[in-house]
Amino acid sequence: MTTSVGNGPSRAPVTSTFTDAHLPRLIEVWLLLASAVMSGAALLLVGFNPAVWAVATAALYVIAIGVSSRLVENARKANDRVARALVTITFLLAIVPLVSALWTVLVKGIGQLSWSFISQTGQARFNPTTLEVTRTPGALQAVVGTFEITGIATLISVPIGLLAAIYLVEYALTTSHLRRVVTFLVDVMTGIPSIVAGLFAFSLFTLVVGPKAFSGLSAAIALSVLMIPIVVRSSEEMLRLVPTDLREASYALGVTKSVTIIKIVLRTAIPGIVTGIVLAVARVVGETAPVFIAASFTDNFNADPFNGPQQTLAVLAYTGYKFPGKDIAASNQEAWGSALLLVIIVILFNIIARVVARIFAPKSR
Amino acid sequence: MSDSKIVDTAARSSTASAKSAPLEGRRARRRASTLSTGDRVFLGFTTGSALLIMLILAGVAIFLIVKALPAIVADWPTDPELHAGPTLAFGNFWAYVAPLLWGTLWVSAIAIVIATPVAIGIALFISHYSPRRLAGILGSLVDLLAAVPSVVFGLWGIIVIRPFLRPLGDFLNHYLGWIPIFAGQPSSTGSTILAGSVVLAVMILPIITSISREVFLQTPRLNEEAALALGATQWEMIRVAVFPYARSGMVSAILLGLGRALGETMAIALIISPSIVFSVRILTEGGNSQTIAANIALNFPIATSLQRDALIGTGLLLFVVSFGVNILARYILGATGPGAASRRARREKKAALSA
Repeated sequence: MTTSVGNGPSRAPVTSTFTDAHLPRLIEVWLLLASAVMSGAALLLVGFNPAVWAVATAALYVIAIGVSSRLVENARKANDRVARALVTITFLLAIVPLVSALWTVLVKGIGQLSWSFISQTGQARFNPTTLEVTRTPGALQAVVGTFEITGIATLISVPIGLLAAIYLVEYALTTSHLRRVVTFLVDVMTGIPSIVAGLFAFSLFTLVVGPKAFSGLSAAIALSVLMIPIVVRSSEEMLRLVPTDLREASYALGVTKSVTIIKIVLRTAIPGIVTGIVLAVARVVGETAPVFIAASFTDNFNADPFNGPQQTLAVLAYTGYKFPGKDIAASNQEAWGSALLLVIIVILFNIIARVVARIFAPKSR
Repeated sequence: MSDSKIVDTAARSSTASAKSAPLEGRRARRRASTLSTGDRVFLGFTTGSALLIMLILAGVAIFLIVKALPAIVADWPTDPELHAGPTLAFGNFWAYVAPLLWGTLWVSAIAIVIATPVAIGIALFISHYSPRRLAGILGSLVDLLAAVPSVVFGLWGIIVIRPFLRPLGDFLNHYLGWIPIFAGQPSSTGSTILAGSVVLAVMILPIITSISREVFLQTPRLNEEAALALGATQWEMIRVAVFPYARSGMVSAILLGLGRALGETMAIALIISPSIVFSVRILTEGGNSQTIAANIALNFPIATSLQRDALIGTGLLLFVVSFGVNILARYILGATGPGAASRRARREKKAALSA
């Protein structure tokens, strides 16, 4: 359907998109089904594989929607439909590794999770007749190490991070050089490779304490280097959300600045700040490289964070694979078990963060 | 006391322009002189924490330099410690670190090439294609990828991605083996750079996605509607209204992703079977370039004291490189990114008000 616009013969006929040919509304669903069936049938002949099937279906669908739209509609609409298909496919593509990774850890690790795995350290037994070393997997030393190291890191990072955020939001003038420098450095600090933080803690302790200075404290310092910028960032955001009116009302009543900050500003922002801190803990609890460098790793039980190597779950998941004991199968099992335990802890922390944000949110009246 | 408070809030809420700098100084002095003890202590603590952050960052650089220096200046072929073990084959520190740096950049580059189109696609899907109500949930689903510990992705890469990519590797090697990247004897285990980079790409997806998504969402609504009103399809609207606006934001998102990829340790250490060489091959068993971070993680437990210093030296270089990449990314985002113009306008307006 064309209508000519204007009087001059030089004007080209303009097509109206309202009356142009359209593909039927559910064409996308039908084409998707058709490509799934067709590629599935073709694959059945040569051997079925779900991954190849998904890829083939996606490719076939993109081609089909592009061609049919180009034939019935026009090139511009065809491009639009192809772009829509591709963008949707990329999103599905991102969900696959997430589901696959979590599923793999669950399947491989679930067999390891038992009370004895959590409550015992791994024990090796030597059988003199067969000359074999068998090992009962255990992760108690890693569970204890994880909580101690992460706990100390939190104790170091939270005061520093929170106070620095208060300085940036409440005290520093927008033009202050210190403020600009610190904001910039916090930005850059979030990008420090985690292994470099581990090397820093190791260097610090070997230079100060002496060689063989592996300890949980050292690992905790490495983790706080990673954690402080996260805490500053999230606390800063939360403090900025507190309305200026609240502060001014407090000043008007003659309350001093520090008391205003503690009793009014922090009180208002605390749920958000706690959420941010819990999320920061969830982030660093899974760090492997810095702990591995600064606290080394051990199969022995060591609850003293100030002396000797300590183990965490993340490090056990790594060393169980890369530096296994004599009984390789059992070491690998320990790796998967602790990986699953770690994922559970991380998910728990994430849930706690959400719950805190919801329960302690300031009551709106 | 209340008098000083008023001055205080006035100083805080108005922004001093360059012209009123002396006034600012007077205000600050006046404020300091009338602060109560509690106030002064609290101010001291907060300022101290801010300064401590600068100290920590400086400390990281200084301690790494001090610790690495002996290995950097040592004469490697004659040193009994360095002429052994993992550092045996190298004449000096730079000969040791150069191939590692190459490997780090190469592996990260491949990961970026894989991750960027996917990440931009996801960001577009969440910001412009998905139903508005679902956008938040879908966004947090992608953010969940960032919450999964890297060691878990490493283990997943070993048992899922390695075998999964082997047929693809064989295919590329067989038909496209004349391209240097795909050349060589294909790996039988799948512990290749390709597998490592794919896992790395998955790990940097969330950071690129979340920044691009934010930038896409900040596209002025009027620009988008103007494009649509002129008859553009959704894709044309994105091309003419969203992408030009978001370009610098996308570039810095990719750079931040690169910064993350450079320092990523576990995925590479667990998956790739490495050698310290200059190689572009991504499908072979023996010719996989090693990265700095993975090399440290693999050799640190078995290294002697001076060898550790050498490893710390390589870590120092990694620190410098990723520091540079991050600064560049922040600079681009801050100087030209969306919001920069409005921030500047706000600053100027405030300055005009206080003047």
